[in-house]
Amino acid sequence: MTHATTEPTAATGPLTLGGLSVEGVNQCVHCGLCLASCPTFSELGTEMDSPRGRIFLIKSLAEGRMTMSDSVVSHLSLCLDCRACETVCPAGVPYGRLIEAAKAEVERVRPGSLARRIFRWLNFGLLLRHPALLRFFALKLRFYQTSGLQRLVRATGFARLLPGTLPAWEALLPRIPAGASRAPLPRLIPADGARRARVALLEGCVQSVVFGDHNRATARVLAKNGVEVVVPAGPGCCGALNAHGGDHAGAVEMAKTTIAAFERDDVDAIVVNTSGCGAHMKAYGHLLEHDAAWAERARRFAATVQDFAEFLAREPLRGPLRPVPITVTYHDPCHVVHGQKIRRQPRELLAQIPGLTVVDLPESDWCCGSAGIYNLTQPEMATRLLERKVAHVLATGAEAVVTANPGCILQIQQGLAARGRDVRVMHIVELLDRACGP
Amino acid sequence: MAPLSNDRKRALRPELDALVGTDGVLSDPDELLVYESDGLTLFRALADFVVFPRSAEQVAAVVKLANREDLPFVARGAGTGLSGGCLPAEGGIVLSLMRMNRVLEVDYDNQIAVVEPGLVNLHLSWRVGPQGYYYAPDPSSQQACTIGGNIANNSGGPHTLKYGVTTNHVLGLEVVMPDGEILWLGGKTRETPGYDVTGVFVGSEGTFGIATKIVVRILKKPQAVKTVLAVFDQVEHASAAVSEIIARGLVPAAIEMIDHLTIQAVEDAFGCGYPRDAAAALLIEVDGLAVGMDAQTERIVAACRERGARDTRVARDEAERQLLWKGRKSAFGAYGRVSPAYMVMDGVIPRTKLPYVLGRVNEIVAAYGLRVGNVFHAGDGNLHPNILYDPRKPGEEARVVQAGAEIMKLCADVGGSISGEHGIGLEKADFMPFIFSAADLGVMARLKRAFNPTNLCNPGKIFPTKKSCGEVAVGYRPHPIEAKGLAQRF
Ligand SMILES: Cc1cc2nc3c(=O)[nH]c(=O)nc-3n(C[C@H](O)[C@H](O)[C@H](O)COP(=O)(O)OP(=O)(O)OC[C@H]3O[C@@H](n4cnc5c(N)ncnc54)[C@H](O)[C@@H]3O)c2cc1C
Ligand code: SF4
Ligand code: SF4
Repeated sequence: MTHATTEPTAATGPLTLGGLSVEGVNQCVHCGLCLASCPTFSELGTEMDSPRGRIFLIKSLAEGRMTMSDSVVSHLSLCLDCRACETVCPAGVPYGRLIEAAKAEVERVRPGSLARRIFRWLNFGLLLRHPALLRFFALKLRFYQTSGLQRLVRATGFARLLPGTLPAWEALLPRIPAGASRAPLPRLIPADGARRARVALLEGCVQSVVFGDHNRATARVLAKNGVEVVVPAGPGCCGALNAHGGDHAGAVEMAKTTIAAFERDDVDAIVVNTSGCGAHMKAYGHLLEHDAAWAERARRFAATVQDFAEFLAREPLRGPLRPVPITVTYHDPCHVVHGQKIRRQPRELLAQIPGLTVVDLPESDWCCGSAGIYNLTQPEMATRLLERKVAHVLATGAEAVVTANPGCILQIQQGLAARGRDVRVMHIVELLDRACGP
Repeated sequence: MAPLSNDRKRALRPELDALVGTDGVLSDPDELLVYESDGLTLFRALADFVVFPRSAEQVAAVVKLANREDLPFVARGAGTGLSGGCLPAEGGIVLSLMRMNRVLEVDYDNQIAVVEPGLVNLHLSWRVGPQGYYYAPDPSSQQACTIGGNIANNSGGPHTLKYGVTTNHVLGLEVVMPDGEILWLGGKTRETPGYDVTGVFVGSEGTFGIATKIVVRILKKPQAVKTVLAVFDQVEHASAAVSEIIARGLVPAAIEMIDHLTIQAVEDAFGCGYPRDAAAALLIEVDGLAVGMDAQTERIVAACRERGARDTRVARDEAERQLLWKGRKSAFGAYGRVSPAYMVMDGVIPRTKLPYVLGRVNEIVAAYGLRVGNVFHAGDGNLHPNILYDPRKPGEEARVVQAGAEIMKLCADVGGSISGEHGIGLEKADFMPFIFSAADLGVMARLKRAFNPTNLCNPGKIFPTKKSCGEVAVGYRPHPIEAKGLAQRF
């Protein structure tokens, strides 16, 4: 009956890809319920670009029915790792882990073009592991932005001549704030009034440079709410970008450094205000599960990690609160809503702010196309998703988009700017900082 | 049909590119492999091309090319089908309609919408929801399946009990006929003179042509809805409660049953609030005018209590109601929590036979050393026994097929049918003689020839492949399971 298809191998034993387990593929029952929730499938309509299709590709690779051909590579690479599919999948397929293993395998067997490797090395190898270097580059970048050189580059269209993905990269360069906000946070911020808890705050790598203000605001809001904040010295990047980009070894190393840096303080929670880092740090237990010396430490560490909103919403905000009389809409960062299943808490926090009007954003939990470095490596799809997001935002009529992740902020800001629309994009801590007052 | 030679494939590719664009054609073997199954992985078939048309004209052009080349073709929606209906059983071209997914027109005054076939079922309700309307047919796969697929399979859903199946909601269709001609069946009005060709097309499982526009009815949302969860310690009591509710003349919009094993899977998936220690639960919904709704709910609760319900609960708010439905509607997928694969059966039986048939189903499946989970449209007597298995264990697939066949025979023997809503497709083709005589099948075959004389449009489906079926017999090709000596036809 069936038309000349190969038989799946009746492989016994756990399925692996490049040494990493992908046994989770067997949880997928091929029901297809995830299809319409996947941004790339919804844009293209091709099943290789759907969760079910990608799981099938990963399974077929592991079973030896397929090899890492150009087309397989392209479909795996086009995945946003937004994990919207995980939220809807009734079978509990651990999609995030599967695609991470698959992307590591892509990197192993197909290290990619030289230009991309240099770019990767710049990002992963050097900058992200050395905050001091990153800060140095940030200064250069700021010079570039303020010197007029950038405007020149943009105006002349020179950027378009740069190889590969660089033009998109150029357009996305964050505005680096001047002076003070780039300085590191104090190591200890005492609680205002009765102390409710003691937490450690992750400064982050890209975050601490580009969005130092968010960290300062986070610390202020926590302190206002009776939380003592310690800011451990030492951790650089948590390794999330490495893991999503296929650099497994780098991710493991950076996880260990991060754990070691945070273990020094005795805290109730480790609070993270960037979604990708939070979701990734919560998965350290899995990342290091086969490392006898680290497994238990990683598990314990992961259990104390909490997203900023998740932590703060455990108790009502401490008043008095100042009114913020504007209309906003909330965009769910993928790695908050899908990666950490946090949907209710940010909305509960917003609802407590007097004077604030919150309007629903259609497809609020759809990826904006930022997705780590996705907007640099897959600019075309990223742009399509950004346009979709911006259209929804504008339709709400909100004066500001509130979200909780630097990547989303940069991306949506850029999309709105491209349309010439004056809608602010802000981190939820900025809004809470205003409401909680000085 | 012999597979296409590489030379012919190479020659055809640019022609298809010209018709639908290079980004609308797949011919890479790895990409084609992704399309080898639908929601039922027991069956696999490989296409020569998958194409993504954007208009009826493009569909027609591809169909004409297929005719010229004597190549089979088949429409595919979301591929959530559970009978292998959209598989290219004899190779050829798969026409994926996922890029034709627009709502073309909504006429609230006349309560109709004109949509393209690739539109996801739930997206239509989302679209008209803000105006107080919805699209009633609600297959459990509605978050992903397409209206085109629904038309083809005449799909039902939990609310079929009160609102009927897809055919009751379709007024007209624009169709690309199997020879490539574009024409309209029915229209925008309730009744069209002459034969009800629209009704004939709905449920034809993609063998009578490809729908490219669909005119559907949209309904006003009911004024009030109440959802009752009734919990039972014995499956027989739950079955009896279903009959009791109907016998009392109550007309719920839906009565769904979910058994112990399925509750475990669903609770693992989303924690929906079904009690894990229950033998079975009924999810009963009433809707309509607000007046009298409470009284009706009370009578349903009373019926359940009298038939042995250990507990009954009315959903307090919309959030709780949605969560209960989410559990019910995710049940098939949730089996992934307890088993790497399942095969869902789709038998229909007279409601009064429920306790007997459920008992027999358990015995049959146990005899083959397998497990079964039941979640189904109890009010309609539309069973869905899900046989759980592990495709990696040698011999299990074959035992599943055999157990499935026995269950279908059982349904036929008690005066029921082998399929309620999932279609015959590839899966049940050989079981058609359980319920139809050669003469019955002959009429169907003549009807098929009227629409699809060359049999290029979705061949290999619905009709049994066995030679003894006389004129309906098409070329006999053994099922792979059969070819491997794992199963036999009867
Ligand atoms: C978890 C789950 C739950 C389900 N629950 C239900 C349920 O409650 N009720 C129910 O009835 N079914 C149910 N199904 C089965 C399935 O979802 C339905 O049969 C659905 O209608 C298939 O739609 P699709 O878009 O996936 O079609 P596909 O699977 O892609 O195709 C199905 C058939 O439709 C044909 N077809 C597709 N588009 C067209 C077109 N435009 N013109 C002509 N023919 C076309 C195909 O050739 C094929 O024969 C369920 C499936 C799953 C996986
Ligand atoms: S990933 Fe989950 S939802 Fe998607 S097809 Fe597999 S089991 Fe179904
Ligand atoms: S992670 Fe996002 S892009 Fe990737 S398959 Fe899942 S839903 Fe699609």
